[in-house]
Amino acid sequence: MLNTYEFPEFDYVQSPEQTAGEVVRHPVVVVGAGPIGLTAALDFAARGLKVVVLDDNNTVSVGSRAVCYAKRPLEIWDRLGVAKPMLDKGIEWKLGRVFMRDQEVYEFDLLPEDGHKIPAFINLQQYYLEEYMVEACEKNPLIDLRWKHKVVSLKQGANYVDLAVETPDGIFHMEADWLLACDGANSDVRRMVGAEFTGQFFQDRFLIADIVMKADFPTERWFWFDPDFHRGQSALLHKQSDDVWRLDFQLGWDSDPEIEKRPENIIPRVKAMIGEDVDFELEWASVYQFACRRVDNFRHGRVLFAGDAAHQVSPFGARGANTGVQDIDNLSWKLAAVINGDAPEALIDTYHDERAFAADDNILNSTRSTDFITPKNGASRLYRDAVLALSRQFDFARPLVNSGRLSSPTPYVESPLNTADADAWEGAMVPGTCAADAPVVEDGQPGWLLEHLGEGFTLLVSGLAVKPVEAGTFTPTVLEIGTHVEDVEGKIAERYDLRDGAVYLIRPDQHVAARWRSFDPDKIRAAIAHATGGDLK
Amino acid sequence: MSLILSPNIENPDAFYQELTEAQRDLTDAEANAMNARLVLILANQVGSLEDLRDAIELAGATAA
Ligand SMILES: Cc1cc2nc3c(=O)[nH]c(=O)nc-3n(C[C@H](O)[C@H](O)[C@H](O)COP(=O)(O)OP(=O)(O)OC[C@H]3O[C@@H](n4cnc5c(N)ncnc54)[C@H](O)[C@@H]3O)c2cc1C
Repeated sequence: MLNTYEFPEFDYVQSPEQTAGEVVRHPVVVVGAGPIGLTAALDFAARGLKVVVLDDNNTVSVGSRAVCYAKRPLEIWDRLGVAKPMLDKGIEWKLGRVFMRDQEVYEFDLLPEDGHKIPAFINLQQYYLEEYMVEACEKNPLIDLRWKHKVVSLKQGANYVDLAVETPDGIFHMEADWLLACDGANSDVRRMVGAEFTGQFFQDRFLIADIVMKADFPTERWFWFDPDFHRGQSALLHKQSDDVWRLDFQLGWDSDPEIEKRPENIIPRVKAMIGEDVDFELEWASVYQFACRRVDNFRHGRVLFAGDAAHQVSPFGARGANTGVQDIDNLSWKLAAVINGDAPEALIDTYHDERAFAADDNILNSTRSTDFITPKNGASRLYRDAVLALSRQFDFARPLVNSGRLSSPTPYVESPLNTADADAWEGAMVPGTCAADAPVVEDGQPGWLLEHLGEGFTLLVSGLAVKPVEAGTFTPTVLEIGTHVEDVEGKIAERYDLRDGAVYLIRPDQHVAARWRSFDPDKIRAAIAHATGGDLK
Repeated sequence: MSLILSPNIENPDAFYQELTEAQRDLTDAEANAMNARLVLILANQVGSLEDLRDAIELAGATAA
């Protein structure tokens, strides 16, 4: 097999606390330096928290894993200052095509409107993503990244966690006020606290092959049902950087993973797909089985769960890492507010409320796609095949074709932190929704709305000058459209229905908390208290 | 429930005959596949999720 990527080896360093044999209490410890743990480290540090990250390994993600990153996580990484290398190296795309046999039956455009800084999707191998974040973590004085540190047991105290950590120098203990478990789908921490992780396993296997080739397939997601080159099953083709392509072949439940993994069996499958005379080399191949599962509660005492440790989905909607990053976006400002004594601990419980709601939405979407691709029984196979047969001729059946509904943020419409609308509004920006981007101009310079939202709360107002609204540490930054920035293309007015005198209150994670047709400081203060757990029990 | 449960098919005998005629020479597998396509075509005609939900529930709850 060929390698386009050289895996870095990060140095193990013995920590001073292990050398000294002293038990040190840390405000936040993150377990796992995968995409979610690394994002957590960067976001916690961005909010002023000191964070220790423990990882049992000393390199980045190995093998065929995440490829597609969606707009919202990229916006979060942009807020954290790490999106640029990802966007530079990644491959931008937004079109997906679905084929039945050799006929196209369905096409989707993931970002049909313009006026957003971040593209709908990029494709990038997971190891690059992690490498860029490790680099950013290493430069950040608030982040202490420790390789070859494996959490082997833990005990919950009244308001802290005691951890036993194994390194090449043996086992030592450390304590954490808060522990964030980002240790992946097989989370050790989850087992250690006795959390349930239940859901559905799919009775199917998929061969995932990453190959290197120079080919002029377009940069689109191509998905086939029952293609001539792989009859009776599905297949997927998608471009990554460095001329690496992700190929995915459904194999069926009866297939033998050991046999399928052999290059002499993979190569004919690949040739059948891309053509006999296209030159390629295998970079990596594995056989996967998928599941959709969620942890019972995202909080167990002082232990919190995020990413695959909290929820696992089948990859057909590219929802795994994408949604995990949004867990962190949701958690970090809340955790900082609680640790700094600005908000009651109950605010942390809303992390479960909002992100379990999102996880359930992701699991619902991933399960629907997987059930379509891998029908549960004879009857669902009949309907699936009927949809595909009809879709070749008739438009009406095409929206039923489901090869994966790609990751998009789940609005927290039922969140206890929202202040319900009292006025009538047009558009999608209901409380709980993540703020839509829009082009703006500041002092003649073009920029983007999301770049102008504050670290804390923001009041987005239009067509009026307002006095600051005093709310202690949560005092919002005021962004006056028409004064601070110009809504040059009218997209803010359009997307937010933000017209004369209207006010939006936006949370530190860029989600709408409340909105009013007129400016009322008392209502704004009440909504901030509400959004920060100030009036929770 | 807004489903029509009183007779509404224009010519019941003609409809029934045409449905069974269409499947007279089919194997069970072919007829089942055709029925699945028929359900989808009719579902699109109905459109309303509420009505479709009621119909699914009713079909499932009816004793065979
Ligand atoms: C084939 C495939 C395709 C996918 N495609 C996509 C996609 O296109 N888009 C997408 O968003 N997602 C995709 N995913 C999902 C994505 O890979 C995961 O969601 C993502 O890696 C989860 O990140 P994480 O940080 O939660 O966990 P992981 O990446 O699993 O990281 C966990 C880390 O914790 C460490 N660790 C484990 N136990 C311990 C311990 N006891 N002590 C210390 N450290 C520990 C591990 O070494 C590891 O570094 C795909 C997955 C697969 C398998």
